[in-house]
Amino acid sequence: MSETPKIEIRSLRKSFGSNEVLKNINLDVAKGGVVALIGPSGSGKSTLLRCINLLVVPDGGSVRVGDTRFSFGDGTKLPDVKTLAKFRATTGMVFQHFNLFPHMTTLQNVMEGPVTVRRMARADAETLARAQLAKVGLAEKADQYPATLSGGQKQRVAIARALAMEPDVMLFDEATSALDPELVGEVLSVMQRLASEGMTMVIVTHEIAFAREVADRLIFMRDGIVIEEGPARQVIDNPQEAATRAFLGHFHRTGALPPANAAS
Amino acid sequence: MYQWDFGILWSYRWLFLNGLGVTVGFTVVIVVCGLLFGLLGAFGSLSRLRVLRLAALAFIEAFRCTPILVQLIWFYYALPILAGVEMTPITASALALSLYGGSFYSEIIRGGIVSIDRGQSEAGAALGMTPSQTMRRIVLPQAIKRMIPALMNQSIIQFKNTSLVSVLAVPDLVYQSQVAAHDSYRPLETYTAVAVAYAAILIPLTIIVRRGEKRLAVSE
Repeated sequence: MSETPKIEIRSLRKSFGSNEVLKNINLDVAKGGVVALIGPSGSGKSTLLRCINLLVVPDGGSVRVGDTRFSFGDGTKLPDVKTLAKFRATTGMVFQHFNLFPHMTTLQNVMEGPVTVRRMARADAETLARAQLAKVGLAEKADQYPATLSGGQKQRVAIARALAMEPDVMLFDEATSALDPELVGEVLSVMQRLASEGMTMVIVTHEIAFAREVADRLIFMRDGIVIEEGPARQVIDNPQEAATRAFLGHFHRTGALPPANAAS
Repeated sequence: MYQWDFGILWSYRWLFLNGLGVTVGFTVVIVVCGLLFGLLGAFGSLSRLRVLRLAALAFIEAFRCTPILVQLIWFYYALPILAGVEMTPITASALALSLYGGSFYSEIIRGGIVSIDRGQSEAGAALGMTPSQTMRRIVLPQAIKRMIPALMNQSIIQFKNTSLVSVLAVPDLVYQSQVAAHDSYRPLETYTAVAVAYAAILIPLTIIVRRGEKRLAVSE
């Protein structure tokens, strides 16, 4: 782990109005590393994730992904739209609510980034898009509109759409939280395969069992600060902080079932 | 009982056709220019720059909250005195109707754009699109679908509002029918025929648009 991290975040701060959502966050993600961000809602984990591709512009600190570094705070100029767009093209993002483009077919959704952003020839983009759809097991849905797909299929298309940009880093913002329980597995298995192929990933999730299995590092956040971090298994199996223990206590150790105290 | 005699209108057919041509041509101009003003107004009111937002707001409210008849007269009679801008009745009425329609189109277009879920532009941005690419490729295609019924409705109103240009002696269908009515002493037949002519153009148009809307809805 001596090489420079793929993602490096230093002293990151963000407020929405008077509400300080991120307070001095530091985070490193190694190349090929998988980091899971967990914590109660309102802990700032989604905001932190959105700061990595600057969908949310931080108030202070710095963000580096690969060779591109941005600083924020007094005296720094906000990056212009072109610079931002170029930067975001190198990071893929998957959203809780999929955010597929409803006016395009599945294939067109996946082609959109390569054609519009990377200026790829249509034929090449189509080959690439079909390959990505096949990778998430949806080759046969290429000509359907998103409205006809199940939630799990939509999210897999969204993953294929992000992968078609051939990003260095993938960000997952509660990618399975909006899914029916029986559809969660198909999305997690796509994510797991991606991780095993060496993709650098940051995952905001409530799937503790999945985080334990797939992530190599785990970060527990609350109220805009990192409470505890370390190897995923170690933090989940043996949390050191009381707040982490309390939060993890809401989850069954190996599954997402609630604790048994309701069944007394 | 009144004895209808529509036969008498036949001798005025060229006058009516002439007027109808002016009305239709005028509508095309004020719908196209109105949509342009509408786009400007909508993007202005969504701008990050306060100056543009205020300018757009001033334009929209000035034209939306005053009667079109007053605007027509004002553009033709007041502007030459106040600004020294002389305009023909046709230019003055085309300008007033375009701006008037534009103020309503602005609100329709703005409403359509803001009705698109924020997640759509976030997804575009996350792919690396610039804001203008996101607007063009992702937001507008979806927003336009939602705007079509309201835009159509406003354009129908625009078409009918052209009847007001007769007050500036622009020879549209209504103006020509006034001429015919005075000449023939048959105002009932004349204005009935005019009403039918407006409806005969608009009803097929609304049917075509409704069909198009259904086709577009398939991809939603």
